[in-house]
Amino acid sequence: MDIRPILTTLRRHKTAAALIVFEVALTCAIICNAVFLISNRIDRLQRPSGLAEQEIVRIAVRSINKSGDAQALTRSDLATLRAIPGVISATITNQIPYGDSAWNSSVRLDPDQRIPTANTGNYYATSQFMKSLGLKLVAGREFTDDEILSWAVVNAPGYEASLPSAIITRALGEKLFPGQQAVGKTFYMWGDKPTRVVGVVEHLLRPNDLLFGAAASDYSVIVPLEVDYNFGVYVIRTAPERRDEVIKAAGEALIKNGPARILSESNDTLEAMSKKFYQTDTSMIWLLSAVCIALLIVTALGIIGLASFWVQQRTRQIGVRRALGATRGQILRYFQTENFLLTSIGIVLGMAMAFAINLALMKYYELPRLPALYLPLGALCLWLLGQVAVYGPAKRAAMVPPALATRSA
Amino acid sequence: MSGNSQFAYYFQLALRSFKRNIVLTALMVLAIALGIGAAMTTLTVFYVLSGDPLPGKSHQLFHPRLDPRAMNGYSPGDEPQDDMSRFDAETLLREARGDRQAMMSSGNIAIEPRRDNLPAFRQDSRLTSADFFPMFQVPFKYGSAWSREDDARRARVAVIGTKLNDRLFGGGNSVGKSIWLDQAEFRVVGVIENWHPQPNFYDLSSGDRGFGGPEELFVPFTTSRDVRMNPQGSIDCWGNDNVDDEGNRSVNAKCSWLQYWVELGTPEKVAAYKQYLENYSAQQRAAGRFERPTAPKLDNVMQWLDFKRAVPGDVRLQVWLAFGFLLVCLLNTVGLLLAKFLRRSGEIGVRRALGATRRAIFAQCLVEAGTIGLAGGLLGLVLAQLGLWAVRQQPVSYAALARLDPTMLFTTFALAVVASVLAGLLPAWRACQVTPAIQLKSQ
Repeated sequence: MDIRPILTTLRRHKTAAALIVFEVALTCAIICNAVFLISNRIDRLQRPSGLAEQEIVRIAVRSINKSGDAQALTRSDLATLRAIPGVISATITNQIPYGDSAWNSSVRLDPDQRIPTANTGNYYATSQFMKSLGLKLVAGREFTDDEILSWAVVNAPGYEASLPSAIITRALGEKLFPGQQAVGKTFYMWGDKPTRVVGVVEHLLRPNDLLFGAAASDYSVIVPLEVDYNFGVYVIRTAPERRDEVIKAAGEALIKNGPARILSESNDTLEAMSKKFYQTDTSMIWLLSAVCIALLIVTALGIIGLASFWVQQRTRQIGVRRALGATRGQILRYFQTENFLLTSIGIVLGMAMAFAINLALMKYYELPRLPALYLPLGALCLWLLGQVAVYGPAKRAAMVPPALATRSA
Repeated sequence: MSGNSQFAYYFQLALRSFKRNIVLTALMVLAIALGIGAAMTTLTVFYVLSGDPLPGKSHQLFHPRLDPRAMNGYSPGDEPQDDMSRFDAETLLREARGDRQAMMSSGNIAIEPRRDNLPAFRQDSRLTSADFFPMFQVPFKYGSAWSREDDARRARVAVIGTKLNDRLFGGGNSVGKSIWLDQAEFRVVGVIENWHPQPNFYDLSSGDRGFGGPEELFVPFTTSRDVRMNPQGSIDCWGNDNVDDEGNRSVNAKCSWLQYWVELGTPEKVAAYKQYLENYSAQQRAAGRFERPTAPKLDNVMQWLDFKRAVPGDVRLQVWLAFGFLLVCLLNTVGLLLAKFLRRSGEIGVRRALGATRRAIFAQCLVEAGTIGLAGGLLGLVLAQLGLWAVRQQPVSYAALARLDPTMLFTTFALAVVASVLAGLLPAWRACQVTPAIQLKSQ
C-alpha cells in the first residue's frame, strides 16, 4: 500500500499525530522497564535458598540472665528437641536465611591482600547442621564431630583466632577459585591462619542478601563452631505436615528443660519467614503488573478516541474515495496502516526512552542492563495494541457509504 | 457579562457539552482520576516517609562519623563508619564539646514483672546516656530523665514508655517503683509520653530500618555494661584480639557499634565541632589508633536520613512509576480534549462569527478542561484513599503511616486541576484558532 497519501494527511494533523506518538513512546518506555523490573523480582523470588524450605521450623529461646553453663544447656536442649516425635533432626546455628540476624566476613586469598576477594555470610555449624537445613553437598565432606570448636573457647580472652576447616557454597567457590575444584584450597577469613575448604554445598542463601549485591547473595561459608542458645537459633527439620505441631512441642520442651527462659516471639516455619521476607517483592510485582495493564488500557483508549475523531472528520473524504472505487478493505487498511506508522514512530522514540530510564535505574537502583530482547517484545506488544484499538474506528470508516460523497455535509 | 457570571455560563456550557458525549467525558475523567489516584497514593507514602522526624530541632542535631578501621580493606573515597567504636564514643562524651551529646546502642533486655505470675519477656531497649532525653525533646508523662551523675555512678535507673508502664504496672505514676532487668533491680525514674519519631533517625539499623514500633525501655549505657546487658544491632569488627571478658563490646575492642549524636545550636558551633573531629582524628592517627586518612563527617538529621536512604528504594520507584503513568493519562486527556474541541469547530465558528473573541473561546475551553480536572481530582481522591487503604493492609513497617493529611489533600486537588488545565491549554489554543469563515462555508 502506498503510504504517501497517509503521510500527507498526517502532516495536516501534526498535533494529534504527535500526541499519539508520545503516548505510545512513553507507554513503551515504561512498560519495557516495568516488565524488566517484574522479571527481576520474579528471579529473586525463585532463587534457591539451598534449604529444605517446606520442612524447617526455627525456634529461638533466650535466658533471663546469663548465669549457668549455656553450652551444656544447649546440648541438653538439642537432645530434648531430637527426642520430640516427628523431629527428623535438630541443630543450632547463628543465623538462618530470611532471619533478622546476619553474620558476615571478608575473605582473602592472601593474608596481606588489602581489598578482600569477597564478603561472605557466615554460618556456624555443629552436629546435624547439613541434615537439619537440608543442604546438598556437591563435593568434599561434612564436618566430623571432633572438628567442631566451641564458641566460648574461641572467644575466650587471649585465644588466637583460627579456623582450620570450612564448607563453602559453589557460588563462592567459583568466585574464589574460578574454574577450579575448591575442595583442598585455602583462604583467609579470621586472623592470619589459613582455612581449608573441606566441602562444597550447592546453595546457601545469606540472610542480608541485599547489602552486598545480588551476586553475593549465595556467598556463604560454613565453619565448625558450636554456638549457645543465647545468640543462636534452633533449626528443626520435620515433615511438612507436622511443622505446627513440632513448633508447639519444641517450645514447651525448651521451657521445661532447665531454668526459666523466654521463647522468641518470632518462632515460625521457614516457609512463613520466607513469605514475609519476600513480601515487598510480591507487592511490587502486583503493583507493576497493575500499572502495566492500566497503561495499556489508557493508551488504547487514547488511540480509539483520536482515531474516531479522525474518522468522523474525514467522513466525506472517505465517501469520495469509496465513490471513486476504493473497496471497504482499502479504507480499513488505510486506517490500520496509518496507526501502524504512528505506533512505529512511537516505538522508536519509546525505545530510546526505555534505554534512558534503564540507565537511570541502573545508576540509582543497581539494576542490570535492560536485555535487548525486551525492545522487540515491547514493540510487538504496542503494535498489537495499536491494531486492536484502531480496528473499531477503522471498521466504522469502512462502513461509510459511497453515496455520502454526493450529499452535502 | 461580568467575569463571574461569564465563568458560570462557561461552566454551564461545559456541563452541556459533557452530556452530549458522556462516554468520552467519562473516559477523560477516569483517566485523570486513575493518574491522580496513583500519583497521590505513592506521593503520600513518600511524603510521610521522608518527613522530618523532629521538626524544629532536627537541624541542630548532628551525627559525627569517624573511621577507626584498619588500613586493610581501605580504598580511597571510603565513607567513615556509620557507628562509633566504644573508645571514641566514650572519649567524645567525656570531652563534651557539643551543647548536648549522647552515645547509644540498641539492646535486648529480659524483664521480670514479678507480680501476678506474669511471665518474663524480652524487650528491645535503648542503652544510652543522660542527654538523650533533653536533646531529642522526649516528653515525660511522669518523673524525668536520669542525670549525668547517674551515668557516672552507673545508677540502676530506667525510663520506660507508656505501653511498658501499662504492661508492668497497669498504668499510673510508677516513678520510684522497682523493675527487674536481666535479674538486676532498677528504679523507674520517668515514664515517657507517646514519643515515636518516624523514622527512628538516631538508629536506622534497628527495628525495620527505622520504621518499627517506638522504643519502650531506656537504661544508662554505663549501667548496662555493669549488668552485662546484651547490646544488639549491627556491629562491625576489624580485629580479632579478645582483650577481656567483654569481648567485642569492650572499650578497646576494634569494633564499631554505637550511635553518637550531638546538639550544636549555631553554625559557628557546627564549624568548631567539625574542627574538633578533625583534630581528634589527627590525634588518634598520631597515636597509631587510627590508620586511615578518611576525613570525619558531620551530618544533621535530614542529611543523615538522605545519606542512609531512609526512604525505601521501592517507594521512590513507585513515585516515579506513578508520575510516568499520570503523564500518559494527561497525554491521553490532551488528545481526547483536542478531538472534542475540534469536533465542535462548526459551533465555535458560529460563535466566533457572532462576535465571540478568541479569548472567550479559549476561556470557555479551559473552563471545560478544568471542570474535567476537578471531577477527575474528586474521583482521584477516592482512588488515592483506596490506594492508601491498600498500602495500610500491607505487612510493611510503615503501613500505619500511609494517610492523607490536609496538605496532601489540597495537593491532590491542586495537582488534578493544574494538570488538566495544562492538558487543556493546547486543545483550547487550537480551538480558538478556528477561522469562522471556513467553518461557516463548509456548513
